[in-house]
Amino acid sequence: MTDFRTKIAVLDYGMGNLHSVSKALEYIAPRAEVIVTEDPVEIDSADRLVFPGVGAMRDCMLNIRRLGFDKLILKAITEKPVLGICLGMQALLGHSEENNGVECLDVFSGSSKFFGHNMRDTSGEKLKVPHMGWNRVHQEMDHPMWQGIEQDARFYFVHSYFVENNFTEIVAGTTDYAFKFAAALTTKNLFAVQFHPEKSHSSGLQLLENFVTWKGI
Amino acid sequence: MSLAKRIIPCLDVDKGRVVKGVQFLDIRDAGDPVEIAKRYNNHGADEITFLDITASHEGRDTMIHTVEKIASEVFIPLTVGGGVRSLIDIRALLNAGADKVGINSAAVKTPEFVQAAADRFGSQCIVVAIDAKQVSAKGEPLRWEVFTHGGRNTTGIDVLVWVNKMASYGAGEILLTSMDNDGTKNGFNLALTRAVSTAVDIPVIASGGVGNLQHLVDGILEGKADAVLAASIFHFGEHTIPEAKSYMSAKGIEVRL
Repeated sequence: MTDFRTKIAVLDYGMGNLHSVSKALEYIAPRAEVIVTEDPVEIDSADRLVFPGVGAMRDCMLNIRRLGFDKLILKAITEKPVLGICLGMQALLGHSEENNGVECLDVFSGSSKFFGHNMRDTSGEKLKVPHMGWNRVHQEMDHPMWQGIEQDARFYFVHSYFVENNFTEIVAGTTDYAFKFAAALTTKNLFAVQFHPEKSHSSGLQLLENFVTWKGI
Repeated sequence: MSLAKRIIPCLDVDKGRVVKGVQFLDIRDAGDPVEIAKRYNNHGADEITFLDITASHEGRDTMIHTVEKIASEVFIPLTVGGGVRSLIDIRALLNAGADKVGINSAAVKTPEFVQAAADRFGSQCIVVAIDAKQVSAKGEPLRWEVFTHGGRNTTGIDVLVWVNKMASYGAGEILLTSMDNDGTKNGFNLALTRAVSTAVDIPVIASGGVGNLQHLVDGILEGKADAVLAASIFHFGEHTIPEAKSYMSAKGIEVRL
């Protein structure tokens, strides 16, 4: 736990379970002010921003644009630490294959793609989609967000679309599921993860604690 | 391959209290679902499933508060099933901090409900729970049908047809309970589990019949399950989750240690 005082805004755009993210932040940073909000003024005045998300990409982007969050997010990443989670990470890419193709925020180049049907591992065992459960994350760079987390620690994933791993300079972590995909991306003040730190027990809580004290760039 | 097979303890909750009795080696009795969930969390459970068996409406609100309390202290995935009948029920549970909801008889009654739920909240939180019972006679090829009301009511629906339909309607996961094996402690129904798990792309949780640690291994290696659910072997301190995981690991199964 950290005593660090900071104001954290969790973006509320109607996409799923925000309770878990805010409760986990309150748990690891009892003196932080955690607000779940869609108010642009609150978002602008926060010291850090969490961009969560579950569900499908079309609704996600529709809601983001309807609430004007696209501009807010693009502005925030130039000013303060921002953490993208799951669909929040995929929305930061240029494009998603989901829902017959959705244009996204294009902060990171690249796109998210469907895992595919009838995937097999090297021994021929069927691999299920969604990729659901605890998988290892290989840290591809030193980063303050990985502090205190073991190399190849397990985090909880649940997703059917993945981010290609072709952009090495921004890939902070990778995971294997039939092939290697990007489990964490970073640029400047932004750190984004495919897994759910708020559901990943001690490693996940450590990552959130790192975010609460991360100064960004 | 580094995705771990999951071990999921399951708790029956009635009016906010865990029933059937839960006893750990180091505490006498605990009917408090928050305390029990914390303990399983500390022991390394990969997820926790709660089955709300409360009959009354007032009691169901208690479950919402219970989920809220657990979700404030336990940071692993939580599934809540039992009596989930509407999008409003699902929203209330997700808002309280559940990560997934289990839908059983409401899916049988109105299959489109699963579709609507997956569209609204995402497949990742929709678990379709199936109570399956063998209907083929001895000597015939194996066949199972979907039952409701704890195995009392038949639906005439073939289990393999049903799981494919539910997967195509957007279910993110199947919780498969063998009514023939449930409570027997003779192990999972491996033929059923394997038939279902190889029939669909989505993950399948095996349930019903676990009596020892080898049964968990069999469920994964022979039943091809992606996760194993168990109640009594953990509740009464017969085995702990770390024991189960080191046993499975020794048999070559990848688990989160």
